[in-house]
Amino acid sequence: MEDIFTKNKYDAGSYDVAVIGAGHAGIEASLASARLGCSTVCFTINMDAVGNCPCNPSIGGTAKGHLVREIDALGGEMGKTTDEVFLQSRMLNLGKGPAVHSLRAQIDRNHYARVMKHKMELQENLDVKQAEIVDIKQTENGEWTLLTRMGAIYTCKTVVIATGTFLGGRIFVGDVSFEGGPDGMFAATYLGKSLKELGLSLRRFKTGTPARVLRSSIDFTDLEVQEGDEPVVPFSYDNEDKKLENKIVCHVSWTNDRTKQVIMDNIEKSPLYSGMIEGVGPRYCPSIEDKVVRFAEKPRHQLFIEPCGIDTEEMYLQGMSSSLPEEVQIKFYKTIKGLENVKVMRSAYAIEYDCVDPVQMNSTLEFRDFPGLYGAGQFNGSSGYEEAAAQGLVAGINAALRVLGKDKFILGRDTSYIGTLIDDLITKGCTDPYRMMTSRSEYRLVLRQDNADERLTPMGRELGLIGDERWNKYLSKEELKKKERERAESIVFSPTEELNRILVSRETSAVTTGVRLSELLRRPQITYKDLTPVDTTRPDYPAYIFESVQTELKYEGYIRRQKADIAEMRRLESRALPADIDYRTITNLRLEAQEKLNRVRPENVGQASRISGVSPADISVLLIWLSGKNR
Amino acid sequence: MSTDYVNINTYVSDSIAAISTPLAPGGLGVIRVSGEHAAEISDKVFKSVSGRSLAELEGYHALFGFVYDEKGEKLDECVALRFRAPHSYTGENTVELSCHGGVYILKKVLEALYKAGARPADNGEFTKRAFLNGKLDLAQAESVMDIISARSSSAARAALSVKDGALSKSIGKITEELIDLGSHLSAWADYPDDDIPQVDDDMLSSRLMNAKTVLEKLINGFDAGRIIKEGINTAIVGKPNAGKSTLMNLLSGCERSIVTSFAGTTRDIVEENIMLGNIPLRLADTAGIRETDNPVEKIGVDLARNRLKSSELVFAVFDSSLPLTDEDYELTEAVKDIPNVAVVNKSDLETRVDMDYIRANFKNIVFISALSGEGTKELTEAVEGILGTGNIDFSAGVLYTERQKNDAVRALDCINEAYDAFMMGFTLDAVTVSCEGAVSALLELTGQRASEEIVAQVFEKFCVGK
Repeated sequence: MEDIFTKNKYDAGSYDVAVIGAGHAGIEASLASARLGCSTVCFTINMDAVGNCPCNPSIGGTAKGHLVREIDALGGEMGKTTDEVFLQSRMLNLGKGPAVHSLRAQIDRNHYARVMKHKMELQENLDVKQAEIVDIKQTENGEWTLLTRMGAIYTCKTVVIATGTFLGGRIFVGDVSFEGGPDGMFAATYLGKSLKELGLSLRRFKTGTPARVLRSSIDFTDLEVQEGDEPVVPFSYDNEDKKLENKIVCHVSWTNDRTKQVIMDNIEKSPLYSGMIEGVGPRYCPSIEDKVVRFAEKPRHQLFIEPCGIDTEEMYLQGMSSSLPEEVQIKFYKTIKGLENVKVMRSAYAIEYDCVDPVQMNSTLEFRDFPGLYGAGQFNGSSGYEEAAAQGLVAGINAALRVLGKDKFILGRDTSYIGTLIDDLITKGCTDPYRMMTSRSEYRLVLRQDNADERLTPMGRELGLIGDERWNKYLSKEELKKKERERAESIVFSPTEELNRILVSRETSAVTTGVRLSELLRRPQITYKDLTPVDTTRPDYPAYIFESVQTELKYEGYIRRQKADIAEMRRLESRALPADIDYRTITNLRLEAQEKLNRVRPENVGQASRISGVSPADISVLLIWLSGKNR
Repeated sequence: MSTDYVNINTYVSDSIAAISTPLAPGGLGVIRVSGEHAAEISDKVFKSVSGRSLAELEGYHALFGFVYDEKGEKLDECVALRFRAPHSYTGENTVELSCHGGVYILKKVLEALYKAGARPADNGEFTKRAFLNGKLDLAQAESVMDIISARSSSAARAALSVKDGALSKSIGKITEELIDLGSHLSAWADYPDDDIPQVDDDMLSSRLMNAKTVLEKLINGFDAGRIIKEGINTAIVGKPNAGKSTLMNLLSGCERSIVTSFAGTTRDIVEENIMLGNIPLRLADTAGIRETDNPVEKIGVDLARNRLKSSELVFAVFDSSLPLTDEDYELTEAVKDIPNVAVVNKSDLETRVDMDYIRANFKNIVFISALSGEGTKELTEAVEGILGTGNIDFSAGVLYTERQKNDAVRALDCINEAYDAFMMGFTLDAVTVSCEGAVSALLELTGQRASEEIVAQVFEKFCVGK
């Protein structure tokens, strides 16, 4: 193996920041770094893999939609591109409460990749290169050298690794198994060894994807149709005032007893059950055979049939990922209503890949023991396009800030789902691919998808990722919200018959004296829409202004309490823990706490308190020890 | 597993309160309140005669006034001393409230402070804060470390006994139900594409109501739990030589008081912990309460009066062989607002006491002969009747510490909030958040940590994901 690295090497120049991988993490990292003014190079193993969506043709979903809006609020690209290429948009969980409202869009996956690649190509300070990085080394002066398979040597000040499922990728379909990346691409076979030599500990995770099938082979006659929502809520705050339209529908079908029977008859042929796959799969994204075995009592499972794009006949079967042999796959797909004569174009497969334990990183996503080396996305143990993009953005920003000699950019659990995601990864680690969920945020009534700009755009502006036009738009939006809030607190409605008729029709009590608009909106049952006939002085603002004011009023009590919790949490976060503590020397800590703290090496007491196995008593000991040390 | 109840979320910043003098009856008692809002919290309980507030008072200054409970009822006279950060023991804003109403009153004041926003201080927490704020040196810090370590192990023992007991079982059961509920609500919200049914309204409200019932029972039983643990503050009163000391010795089974036939020989308060049936009593034999000119004896009389004020139960002892005197009438008047038992002594001699008067003024009357030991069974029954300890249901377990009670109250608040949100027609995300708040308070109560429980359950119980 060594010989291929020794021939024909040449010095290919130097960059401030190098990004390995051009998936969703790599794209955001590269663009952010270049936009912050750093000369940036992004390596992709295949130029046609830039911005590829090798699994579902959709962006967003519960909590993931929050991530995309946050990325957008900070000046990232995912939301804007999604708005350009979306086919159908839905706001999930309407009726379940504003904390869990989540945006999801079906996208044209080829179009998405093309748009992203083009944006990368047009970006000033950024070079995109097709090259497999096979070796990574740190020089004596702390810089990094990257060697490509073709022998080019690049010298860079900081590096972001965003290798996705390419790193040591291995495909499984039944007993067929071979080295490979997603969608028939090459795997990155050498970099893993180099990273191990550097001193990173790697482990194996796995994930999977269902088959793509030919549209004309599906009988849609009896299938339930799933339409998009009108009006479409765009992902990007840039497009808030634009009118977007849905272009496609999706369909729903169900598995049945026969599907189950085929799977159970062939279960021993699954590489998961035969023990061929050693990687840990995601709990949230089980293959159909997993679902059938683990939830044997469930008579049927739902699947969604989603178009992969406008100019393709490939359809994605959401919910039906599998690593059973191709023949078995075809057999069980055909048991499903609508798919009786289905023609499979690409088979379902499982893929196993190398990733790191993210507790080796700090909250900038920099490896603690390797200054200047960052990681993002599936390489960090997460899963999902949105989780990857979110980390890519933070890693890219910090890789650039380090080069520029500026302060680190850290997002907390209190400001964002992105911060929650990173904090979970670096303090708790993950034992299976990490997926964002609304239930992971303790502050979810504050961290809503509708106020991501309020929470994060000022930070994006300060970083230099939010341009003047967007900033002014943001400021005038905030101004309108403030004005409407003031109006709601000041305007008083008389107890007219008309008002009381509205109130009673919404099953809430009538009023006998004048009542403020804000008081009425605090009632769970009453919305702006209900009050339209009596609210005669209502200004002509965009709907999202009223939506936002209404939510803030209605959930005021909860929001206030969560903000108080946040203030308490910040106090602990403000107590920094030195990076060089050997926790074994703090004898009052329990043994388990010493071990966990030495492994995770939290940056502050707040993080330490979230590590499982560290008790409140240990935190007291830590605080006391810390105070003694600081004096 | 956590075995300590330091609530790290509220560490350092919030205001804590505790009685900082030994819990001895009589004399001055000092309550210390420390934390950012110590003055503002104290102002809710303390009103100065001059009308000035502690919040505006400069450091090292004092105000005279009164302390009130949350209903506005006057509890005691009080001198409040103000310290401004960093010039205090803890280095934080501090108020010291000096009262003289005895232990019972001090506890009432403390309760009022908790309701006003302070929380109970953990053992050694003032010292810990003092250290954290740089008010103690390293040598002192070492000893604080020891306190915490020692606390952990004693807390570990406590947690262990809690773990096997009824408390952990009942808390465990509602926690489990709430986690189950929370994970269902989360799965339903996080996986809209999976056919997860909405949580059944009846199930939701019955789980919340069940948790509410259990928690209310536990919290209501807290005082009973404290009684079991600390004993009931009981005073024996009666005119000199009525036989109080003899009664006490009989009950405690050992001669601690000085028993003589000269009136006024019992000058000090003698406390004895005894079990009367299943009820522990902290029994105090007091001197007589008559007016006296003897300065030494007066000290004893004052002590007795103070002890009486702080008592939760009084045994008024009468000598059946002697007619009632003015002192007996005074004494009857003095104990009428305290749960009491008239103990008529020396029943084996000819009865010359005015039993009609005693019957008219005491609901519970027990005849005993201290010398022969007769009548103790009747006394036990009378006390059980008064305290209602015979009726307390301990099947749900008992909360032993203020910390446990606080966690239970926090959980109950969250449950009530969830229930109200549900009944008022709020969206279920608000219900879910409150439900999770209750779970984390309950896990803290039993010494576990809140973290991944709900997320973990989502994957175990629901078939979700694409």
